[in-house]
Amino acid sequence: MKTYEQINRKIESGTAVVMTADEIMDYVDRKGLDAAAAEVDVVTTATFGPMCSSGCTLNFGHSQPKIRMTEAWINDVPAYTGLAAVDVFLGATQLRHADPANMDYPGEFRYGGGHVIEDLVAGKTLQLFALSYGTDEYPRREIRTYFTIDDLNQAIMVNPRNCYQNYNVAINDSDTTRHTYMGQLEPNRRNANYCSAGQLSPLLNDPLYETIGIGTRIWLAGAQGHIYAEGTQHAGHCERSGNDVPMEGAGTLGLTADMKEMNAAFIRGASFRGYGVSLAVGVGIPIPILNADILKRTCVRDAEIMAPVVDYSHDYPEKTGRVLAHVSYAQLRSGEIEVEGKPVRVGSLSSYHKALEIATLLADEIRRGEFRVSEPLRKLPANRSMRPLTIRPEPS
Amino acid sequence: MSETVTRKLMLFFPTCECEKPIIYHLVKDYDLVVNVFRAKVTPKEEGYLVLDVTGQDTNITLALDYLRTFNITINDSGKGLTWDETRCCHCGHCVPFCPTGALSIPDPATREVTFDSDACIECLACVRVCPYNACVSTF
Repeated sequence: MKTYEQINRKIESGTAVVMTADEIMDYVDRKGLDAAAAEVDVVTTATFGPMCSSGCTLNFGHSQPKIRMTEAWINDVPAYTGLAAVDVFLGATQLRHADPANMDYPGEFRYGGGHVIEDLVAGKTLQLFALSYGTDEYPRREIRTYFTIDDLNQAIMVNPRNCYQNYNVAINDSDTTRHTYMGQLEPNRRNANYCSAGQLSPLLNDPLYETIGIGTRIWLAGAQGHIYAEGTQHAGHCERSGNDVPMEGAGTLGLTADMKEMNAAFIRGASFRGYGVSLAVGVGIPIPILNADILKRTCVRDAEIMAPVVDYSHDYPEKTGRVLAHVSYAQLRSGEIEVEGKPVRVGSLSSYHKALEIATLLADEIRRGEFRVSEPLRKLPANRSMRPLTIRPEPS
Repeated sequence: MSETVTRKLMLFFPTCECEKPIIYHLVKDYDLVVNVFRAKVTPKEEGYLVLDVTGQDTNITLALDYLRTFNITINDSGKGLTWDETRCCHCGHCVPFCPTGALSIPDPATREVTFDSDACIECLACVRVCPYNACVSTF
């Protein structure tokens, strides 16, 4: 048994034993669970993939004379201005002004909110254009200027839903190509796409939310940030396999960090033909090894994590709830799964390669004493289910 | 006897040259096997041809001399499809769409995506599916 304080003392003295979730599995097999639990202080987990529910709040500071922005565009991408004078919120899936979207189907969606966020973090120069109706104290009615992230007072990433604990494997049961946020799906189940770091993914290594909670310090695209809330649609109450690992989406995290400290290699605008734009986010979360049970859960392997195969031509859009099969991440990573007796080629939207890089970077930061673990201020809700949106024809 | 080789050529031609049966002459006069990957030949517009030519080294040299007699820009070194390693996020979405295995994940431990340009046939499937614009067509 170890405490957060004991682990942090070892981190500060540069003696903490840190491993990635990729390394720990074989290490525990060799050493034995109890011996390894006594020795290892922290296991790092990570994920990198498109996470649509991401965005940022930006503060521009005041021009002379001042403006209270009522409409704003950054590189022609609209930002939400229903905040104070020079605060805006920019969402990852926001389309660029006059993007034809799917009018010429499938649309290309080459630039949007996610790309603006990537360009900001990369230090590029962007254009701000904003309008206002003008007020006594904010008389300016129009502004056009160029800026970089260094010119902003704050650029804080606020992602309402990241790090889905598990996720669907998307397949297409129809006879025409489907273009989805899960990538291109060929007709007649010719391919399938998944999106999870599996055995390296944060919430799959802490399936019961024992150490990952509200207030936990995290690594968000290179910056030290925090879990500020449960993620939207967090539903810890779900179908789980024998090892407590969810067999469907389940838990999610709300994340925040300072974009000025981020590394553009881990924050990438993404374009999905026929769907829209998004933002690929790199997240690392350390799991303090407080006891052998916590260590055991970090040893989960791809072969023990099951994901549901869902048809995105009918069942997903129509919310039928039908699951065609459950397959393991080991099967998915082999490049081919079997669905109802037929082989299906598999691709991924989540980058295990980048996730490994993040887990390794985070482990190095902890070893150097630069990143401490933190006890959650509050636990994530364990027994919440996902509510549907019921359409009510009359107010009740 | 010179060696049999294959070379990839990109031919860019202005409006006026569209009418000439260039491929016919490559096959007939220089005994070349021609494999066209991509072509845009629209009357009254600029066009391009991306092709492999296979044949005797000396014949290819003579064929290139023949092509240079037209108002054609010949690129015999470049590729019509580029994979930008710095843009690639190594997700692997493209891999099942690549018909020749030019894009692949050779090492299951690191799951790094690699690109073998020699195996690429420029079908452009990757350009359509890559979310990060890592695969870009020259045309």
